Amino acid sequence: MTRNLLQRALRISFRSGVVLSLAALPVCTVHAQNAPVNARMEHGRYLAVAGDCLACHTATDGKPFAGGLDLKTPFGIITTSNITSDKETGIGNWTFEQFDNAVRHGKGPNGHLYPAMPYTAYSQITDADITDLWEYIRTLPPVSHKVESNKLPFPYNIRTLLVFWNFLFFKDATFVPDSSKSDEINRGAYLAQSLGHCGTCHTPKNALGGDTKDTFQGASLQGWFAPDLTNNAHTGLGQWTADDIVTYLRSGTNRYTAASGPMTEAIVNSTQHLTEADLKAIAAYFKALPPRTVSPPQPLAASNIQVTAGQRDFMVECSACHRSSGAGISNMIPDLRNNPAVNASNPDSLLNIVLKGTEGPATHANPTGAAMPGFGWKLQDEQIANILTYIRNSWGNAAPALSAADVSKARTAISAQPAVPR
Amino acid sequence: MHYKRPKADVVIVGLGWAGSTMAEELTRAGLNVVAIERGAWRDTSTSFPTTRNPDELSGSIRKDILQAPVTETYTVRNRPGETALPLRKYHNLTLGNNVGGAGTHWAGASWRWQSFDHQPYSRVMERYGAKQLVDGLILQDWGVTYNDLEPFYDRFEKIAGTSGTAGVINGVKHPGGNPFEDSRTSPYPTPALERTRANILFSEATTRMGYSPFPVPSAMIGGPYTNALGINLAPCTYCGYCQLYGCGNWSKSSPNICILPVLMQRPNFTVVTESEVVRINTTPDKKMATGITFVDSDGNIGEQPADIVITATFTLDNTRLLLLSGISTPYDVNTGQGVVGRAFTFQTLSWAFMFFENEYLNPFMNTGALATQIDDFNGDNFDHTGLGFIGGAGIQSLCNQGLPIGMSGLVPEGSPRWGKGWKKAFQKSYQNYAQIQGQGTNFAHREQFMDLDPTYKDRFGQPLLRITYDYNENDRRSGRFIRDKCVEIAKEMGAREVKGVSLADDPYSGYTPWDSSHVQGGVVMGEDPRTSVQNRYQQNWDVPNLFVIGASSFPNNAGYNPTVAVGATTLWTAKAIKELYLKNPGPLVRL
Repeated sequence: MTRNLLQRALRISFRSGVVLSLAALPVCTVHAQNAPVNARMEHGRYLAVAGDCLACHTATDGKPFAGGLDLKTPFGIITTSNITSDKETGIGNWTFEQFDNAVRHGKGPNGHLYPAMPYTAYSQITDADITDLWEYIRTLPPVSHKVESNKLPFPYNIRTLLVFWNFLFFKDATFVPDSSKSDEINRGAYLAQSLGHCGTCHTPKNALGGDTKDTFQGASLQGWFAPDLTNNAHTGLGQWTADDIVTYLRSGTNRYTAASGPMTEAIVNSTQHLTEADLKAIAAYFKALPPRTVSPPQPLAASNIQVTAGQRDFMVECSACHRSSGAGISNMIPDLRNNPAVNASNPDSLLNIVLKGTEGPATHANPTGAAMPGFGWKLQDEQIANILTYIRNSWGNAAPALSAADVSKARTAISAQPAVPR
Repeated sequence: MHYKRPKADVVIVGLGWAGSTMAEELTRAGLNVVAIERGAWRDTSTSFPTTRNPDELSGSIRKDILQAPVTETYTVRNRPGETALPLRKYHNLTLGNNVGGAGTHWAGASWRWQSFDHQPYSRVMERYGAKQLVDGLILQDWGVTYNDLEPFYDRFEKIAGTSGTAGVINGVKHPGGNPFEDSRTSPYPTPALERTRANILFSEATTRMGYSPFPVPSAMIGGPYTNALGINLAPCTYCGYCQLYGCGNWSKSSPNICILPVLMQRPNFTVVTESEVVRINTTPDKKMATGITFVDSDGNIGEQPADIVITATFTLDNTRLLLLSGISTPYDVNTGQGVVGRAFTFQTLSWAFMFFENEYLNPFMNTGALATQIDDFNGDNFDHTGLGFIGGAGIQSLCNQGLPIGMSGLVPEGSPRWGKGWKKAFQKSYQNYAQIQGQGTNFAHREQFMDLDPTYKDRFGQPLLRITYDYNENDRRSGRFIRDKCVEIAKEMGAREVKGVSLADDPYSGYTPWDSSHVQGGVVMGEDPRTSVQNRYQQNWDVPNLFVIGASSFPNNAGYNPTVAVGATTLWTAKAIKELYLKNPGPLVRL
């Protein structure tokens, strides 16, 4: 998590006498000042990392856990709250019951919480874990930072509507292990479904923002497509071994790929800090999920006019890093061949990466942090459409072609730079 | 405003190769390290994205990545008695001005120096005697040998991912490598780069002539590599934007790629950027350093106290900092006494420029250090009896240029200078131009030195550094000898037109085209405090908690580029600090 904050610091540091250091960053002082007084608090800190509380409850360039980050939901902007122990603006006056109500049951002091706070997942946290989590959270040093959480437009700003939403989409129950599965798989299921709240991004949502039954089958949010996590070989984790999943969650990279977009943050802030046993459990859980039952489409012919034009531009613009074979570099630059993220029928992530680039994951296990530069300013809509169509229909990949209009739409949606006129 | 930062265990001045290598070692040992860097933060992926970084106008022509002479420069004269004048435009001194230093924009030739280069005095005395030395030449051993440094050369190569073909591993010669190299304990971390057409012509010609060509070891790595610190590097793509560019492809070893990603994750490391160190502070008796004083870019004066001071700036700035701080005795050209600024060296370059008649050399595929070399005339690899000089040069077919603007001036003499005729000539010469560089040794002389300029001052009112330098007779003799070898090889390669040049034939100037950027010495390491500023651990003889690292420690230049030798000596000193100094702070060498 430190590295990510540091990068933010660096980006604004083009001025004088800038001091760049992890030590100067508040997050570390938080840890330093709050050395564990007991094992339960230490366990609570681990759970807070596993739940990635910091990611949402810290504004860009803000103090850790002091809230203020704007979450862009399909219904409007929700700003995250201050969960430090400040009595005025944070949760310094809260009791354990209030904390439990908020985290597991979606009820805050002002009424129902919006499910942008993943209480829908956190409800599964065990009684013991929620107690330990509170032991840690209550010790966060106070930061005075007033946050106006609800900036939603009418009618979504009416919190009582959540009563109906919860009735429809919220199962308020702690995790129940499946006795037919191993302890490891149950542990993985618990982490993935509760604290890890993987489904918040990876499970498709219905029109009202509730989880559909297609758990972990991939979903679109905030300009990204969180890919299919089932064992489908074409679009999901089918080709990855459990070890590949562990390596990815620990280092941000593996032999096939490198994390991009919001997942980079999840890995840097959260999963890289999980124990080997917990990562293995998560991997075992996902490897035990049945594959999504969708068969791959036929790839476009190599002679397709978009494919041939895309290949030409790929060779000029992309092959230096991804190599002309598409093979990339292990643990650094994604292998584009037979790549489930490339095959996702929803191209949001690909468009986002090509248009705006993406930060590289920099973790303790793999500190490299090689990023992909944005090509939005450099390539025309048609070129990007052709390149992606070529990639999506070469080397074992098969996915629908993209049009210049698709790229143009994405460019506007994610506020990417316009292309320099040719 | 004056302010004082919290005391650190170690302050490092300058965060280039030497500074970052040292910082990595000392933070790993648990010390609290603060680096002060005059340039701004630079990050591989965000500062040098491949989408826009290959820009010849910004890089090679405007040299935007360098420290501008208008900010800080040096004065130069050829001999004592002349009035030195400031260098007012960029030329052969390519000074870094960012986190990563010149290590960000370097060309990337990655040499271990030979045992001769570390012990030139004893080797020359043993083989030829004092009669081989021209009048006034300064020749001395470093106090550290190749064998001492081998583990550190090895480690540095594994941080950098150096590409190359080993010539001698554990005493056993291997075909294809440099048969003259001193024995290595392991092969190069990554394979040698592919050869260009010009390299191949050179290889064939020198093989016919009985010499031993081999690929020059390079920072442009030859395959995917995870370095000793766990950072991944990607193979070089031969795009040719190396020298004067940061590599956004993760293919050219640099502090930014190979060290900083790890360093920035350590909570016991801090870098203060855009802040220039103006003085090393000492106790009044000048027996101990207490820290450094810097000016930040708001003009505020800061102080960084520390138990150990390490300066790792460019050769010239290391020297200047000692002179400005009144540490150790400045060299006096009249008496020959004093040490700071003494034993200053440059590089003796010779060239053969050639045009072929009908080749397709495809120079657009190149790297900053894509070269095939022979070492048959380097160092003391050949018998100098009767030649009247010591040293020599690495002679190389260097394919480091193919960018359109830079190549546009490279047409045969007598070609039309404009219009259709020039276009035709340029089209042909682009595919037919090649060069052989003799990158020569350079030995110090009693009239080559650095001191503070009596007239010119920098923006803080402090005197500029003055360089007094001209080639000496040894350089002129070795330069001509090597030039003739270059020309012979060029002719054997089948070139239609060959022009040989020895730069040492003309007086030294900061503006000479095709010249080197390598300067060494001024704060040299050695065995005797009368002829060196520092002991064999790069520890100041007078101030035991001050270590000045970099090529300023080298009392002579080799027929090689200095970076990997800087890396090895830095790691050698880091080990001495960790294992000797910290246990028993004080002089590590007692006389």
